[in-house]
Amino acid sequence: MSFWTDPMAVIANLIGGWLAGLGMTEGWVTFVLSFLGAGVYALLVMLTVVLLIWVERKLLGRFQDRLGPNRLGPWGIFQTIADMLKIFTKEYITPNGVDKVPYNLAPILAVAGVLSVWAVIPLGATILGANLNVGVLYVVAIGAIGELGIILAGWSSRNKFATLGGFRAVALLVSYEVPLVVSLIIPVLFSGSMGMNNIVHAQKDIWYIVLAPVAALIFLITSIAENGRAPFDLTEADSEIVAGFNVEYSGLKFGMYYVADFMHTFTIAFLFSTLWLGGWLGPWAEKYPMLGIFYTAFKAWFIYFTIIWLRGSLPRFRIDQMINLNWKVLTPLALVLLMMTAIVNRLVPEGMLVVRTLALLAVNGILLVGTSWLLNKFAGRNKRVVVAPEPRPVARPEQISSES
Amino acid sequence: MLNDWLYIGLFVFISMALPAIAIFAAGLLSPKKPNPIKSTSYECGIETVGPSWVQFKAQYYIYALVFLVFDVETIFLFPWAVAYNQLTLFGIIEAVLFILILLSGLLYAWKKGALEWM
Repeated sequence: MSFWTDPMAVIANLIGGWLAGLGMTEGWVTFVLSFLGAGVYALLVMLTVVLLIWVERKLLGRFQDRLGPNRLGPWGIFQTIADMLKIFTKEYITPNGVDKVPYNLAPILAVAGVLSVWAVIPLGATILGANLNVGVLYVVAIGAIGELGIILAGWSSRNKFATLGGFRAVALLVSYEVPLVVSLIIPVLFSGSMGMNNIVHAQKDIWYIVLAPVAALIFLITSIAENGRAPFDLTEADSEIVAGFNVEYSGLKFGMYYVADFMHTFTIAFLFSTLWLGGWLGPWAEKYPMLGIFYTAFKAWFIYFTIIWLRGSLPRFRIDQMINLNWKVLTPLALVLLMMTAIVNRLVPEGMLVVRTLALLAVNGILLVGTSWLLNKFAGRNKRVVVAPEPRPVARPEQISSES
Repeated sequence: MLNDWLYIGLFVFISMALPAIAIFAAGLLSPKKPNPIKSTSYECGIETVGPSWVQFKAQYYIYALVFLVFDVETIFLFPWAVAYNQLTLFGIIEAVLFILILLSGLLYAWKKGALEWM
């Protein structure tokens, strides 16, 4: 066992041996090792977000035909560090009549709800926090805490815009959890385990995105909605309700929402990579776990790019469109997909991987075609009402000249 | 297994502590100059009229209620999915019936107009 084949165990042994030499009992050594591991991991994730904010701003700039940050350092790479230093010295303005405890707790919960998910995401064969046997359930449960932070913020700010943002969070973010959870059942069903690392191991033969592309699509759409970013950014729609739930936050308390938002995108990309794209699997990844980090990040990068691309390209949905998309399209689709996948997967005998893949692909194709046929059939039902003023004479040069 | 839960507990604690420490540290670094106008609610420069915690359409809460029904029922599907590989076809048909009941509940809510945005 050398550093290159199992780095985490080598480091753990090194520090553990040193601590045991100081006269610690075995229980305390485990505690200190877990604490150090968790602390370093969480800090690394937080610091990566600082870089990712720059990546996102740069990409958004390019999508919108701008340069993006380009002043500080090469390609403006130090811009977010400067922003971070600035926001540290900004005043906290606490408006009159806020509900103190939830108001201060909300930004902490928003970050904690996203950061905690990282405890179960495997980055390599042995580089992982904890391979919980209820990993997927943990992701769902902890993810809901982030929404709680948003709802608490909207309610406790005592501001009408913030309250509206909170209401929207209740109706939207919470609704989108249903298809998200149903689409998460499908990898669990294929692998027979809720542990994230077991799900990665089970994808050795074939990635789950090939077996259930529609479920992966539903996962991506609902995750973006949960994240509350464009085109689903109704809870903080700046042109409708100023900034929504975070309108009364300032200084680093607002910064925490910013961090939580970007970290959520990052987390979604890694979750997608783990659940659907085979996570750390790749050539020699099993032997050299360090390579696994590279593979996971490489796959996650495509998803991260896609999410930013969507943000840069699509306009915001109306609230009724978003509600209808969830309850009338995604939820029934996810439930029907789950049923058909379960039956078809069982009807094909064990071991026939090609037949199974083709059958499941056919199911997904039929569902996609069927859904789009139904949507087209009922699309004309609600007539679009054009709200526009009466046509009025315009002061164009040719009109003026014709009257004279 | 117990070590895993220890790690999760510590990780959740640290992920609460990191933002809390950052917010506290920024509180020490930042100036504090409140004044009455600065600390009024921000509503685009117009003074607040009436209470902010307004009563709102019950519609929002109906979505929350429908969500509650669905989320609790989908949680029951997770143990089934874990045991899927050991189940016979009969066990899968039973779960399908369960999902069909779930879908008919969705259809009922749909027909009753609980999903219409008003």
